[in-house]
Amino acid sequence: MPTRGSTGPALKLRLYVAGNGPNSVLARHNLATLCTTAFSDVCDLEVVDLLEFPHRAIADDVVVTPTLLRVSPLPALRVIGNLSDAGKVLAMLRAT
Amino acid sequence: MFTDAHVASTMLSKVLTGIRGFDEITHGGLPAGRTTLVLGGPGCGKTVFALQTLVNGVRDSSESAIFVAFEESAERILSNAASFGWNLATLTPSELFFFDARVTPETVTAGEFDLIGMLAILEVRAAEIGARRIVFDGIDQLLSLLDDPAAERREAYRIHDWLLRTGLTGIITQKVSGNESDQRYGFLQFTADCVVLLRHQVVDGSAFRNLRVTKYRGSGFSADEFPITLTHAGLQLTNRGPTELRYDVSDERVSTGLARLDHMLKGGYYRGSNALISGAPGTAKSTLAGLFAAAACARGERTMYVSFDEGASQIVRNLRSVGIQLAPHVDSGLLKMFSTRTRGPNIEDQFGDLRAIVQQHNPTCLVIDPLSALSSKLSHAASADAAQHFLDFLKVRAITVVNTSLLDGLNTDEATATGISTIADTWIHMSYVVQDGERNRALTIVKSRGTGHSNQVRELVLADDGVTLTDVFVAQGKVLMGVARWQWENESAAARQSADEALERRRLHLQLSQAEANARLEVIRSEMAARSAELALLVREEGSATDLAAVDTATLRTLRFADEEPSDTPPDAPPKKSRLRRGA
Repeated sequence: MPTRGSTGPALKLRLYVAGNGPNSVLARHNLATLCTTAFSDVCDLEVVDLLEFPHRAIADDVVVTPTLLRVSPLPALRVIGNLSDAGKVLAMLRAT
Repeated sequence: MFTDAHVASTMLSKVLTGIRGFDEITHGGLPAGRTTLVLGGPGCGKTVFALQTLVNGVRDSSESAIFVAFEESAERILSNAASFGWNLATLTPSELFFFDARVTPETVTAGEFDLIGMLAILEVRAAEIGARRIVFDGIDQLLSLLDDPAAERREAYRIHDWLLRTGLTGIITQKVSGNESDQRYGFLQFTADCVVLLRHQVVDGSAFRNLRVTKYRGSGFSADEFPITLTHAGLQLTNRGPTELRYDVSDERVSTGLARLDHMLKGGYYRGSNALISGAPGTAKSTLAGLFAAAACARGERTMYVSFDEGASQIVRNLRSVGIQLAPHVDSGLLKMFSTRTRGPNIEDQFGDLRAIVQQHNPTCLVIDPLSALSSKLSHAASADAAQHFLDFLKVRAITVVNTSLLDGLNTDEATATGISTIADTWIHMSYVVQDGERNRALTIVKSRGTGHSNQVRELVLADDGVTLTDVFVAQGKVLMGVARWQWENESAAARQSADEALERRRLHLQLSQAEANARLEVIRSEMAARSAELALLVREEGSATDLAAVDTATLRTLRFADEEPSDTPPDAPPKKSRLRRGA
């Protein structure tokens, strides 16, 4: 059991992908793995397909795909890339 | 069968950039619906080139555009562009949309990413505003985050393909600072349809920007390197290409501001021509230029006075000292004074600024005082070109130009001013004539295209109440000037006077002798009258004496009772008697 975030879904993430582009597919997979292994049930993940909802991406200042946003806890943070570097992603998600 | 229309439709279509000179050397601008790559080091004007193309597209062709900024924020770009007279603030986001594509430094990169998302967003935006042009400014900034040459190449191709698919005319700007970078993004040059290279160059301490088109698929172009300038109007090329000189010529004359000089030039300068006034320092070149400007203003013509290294107010004051009033015309807005330093910004930019001001003020008469202030820089081909091109620009606008040119020292060698003098239609040379311990100003007309002109050397005199060309005094094969002229003037006046006096004396003398002769004639006439009277008296006396004698003889005979006289005595005896008496 992870020691952090046991008091509800404190971690809220939003992943922007572009359809079934290779990096988008990879990012979805990498993040899903990470959530189940490191955050289990306390991870609130929303995946947004930018090709379907471009205006949401514009509102969130998304430039490249994939882009992962940590919506909460604050401060808001962002990671770009297919999230293959799990160490970096974890470090970012756990940052305070 | 091929019609003209068919040929035209199969030809590469182009979009105008509106950048002066660029559309000419590329025969119509950038390839429409294709990718143009703009390469250059920092500060070469890549962003300006790109943004200007978009702004001109919106303004001139009503083509909406998107500017994708990878390096700078939209605010930053807008404030940088504020120095150009583009009025970017008046453009709405539906005309020119700025897309901030910067990746903040806090952003963590975890693995490979792509531009699929960005292009999808841009496609939506482009459709919304009906964009026709798009700029990707500083694409290398984002690509370098990939840190993988293969991935970078892939994303660059992705943009290229996207542009082809959407049919947008794209400009991609990219930094190149060294050979390494050149090779790193070298592939972009292969994919792009048009490649423009901007370069910064320092020659003798002066910075020059150059532009060169290195590639243009399916189109001819001038491959030379062209100097560019950044002016208030934006970036522009100084076209060195073989352009045809085409301008209207006029037979109208424009006064030089000096009636006698007009006369020497058979009426003045031609309108739209280029006059050069050369001479040593202090030979009143500026004064002649000032006269021209003042006369133009007096006629109500918009006029501009460009001076180098001398402030406008100083020129106005100096000209006032010889009776030339410019201040009222400056106040009324008819005359625009523009002063600048020669050792300021580089000469290309200077001429660019001038061009912009000329366009703004729109004068018909213009003075450049002195053009030769640039001569130190004219050694550089680009500068000479800039000067030449600026003069051509004025000529095409039919502006009558008076340039002054400083010739060093007293050397009037024509070679010194060759660069400028070949452009001049009328060349007036001012020199000092040192004679009898004096230095006087002499004016000669070296040449005047298309018009007869005086070959005389004339002295120019500056006085508080104005400027004049004096009458010509030639003595012993030399034109007299200064005190010598004054002396000569006085002497000849004195000589004229004494000649007049001598004549008068002679006239009086003759009058006198005529009177004398008349008097003598009168005396003789009186004498004649007297003699005639005497003669008449004498005749009368003689007649009565003869009668008396005849009476006497008859009386005697009667008294003596004598017979008739014998016939031997002729009847004309009395004349014998009278002859006797007369003899007595």
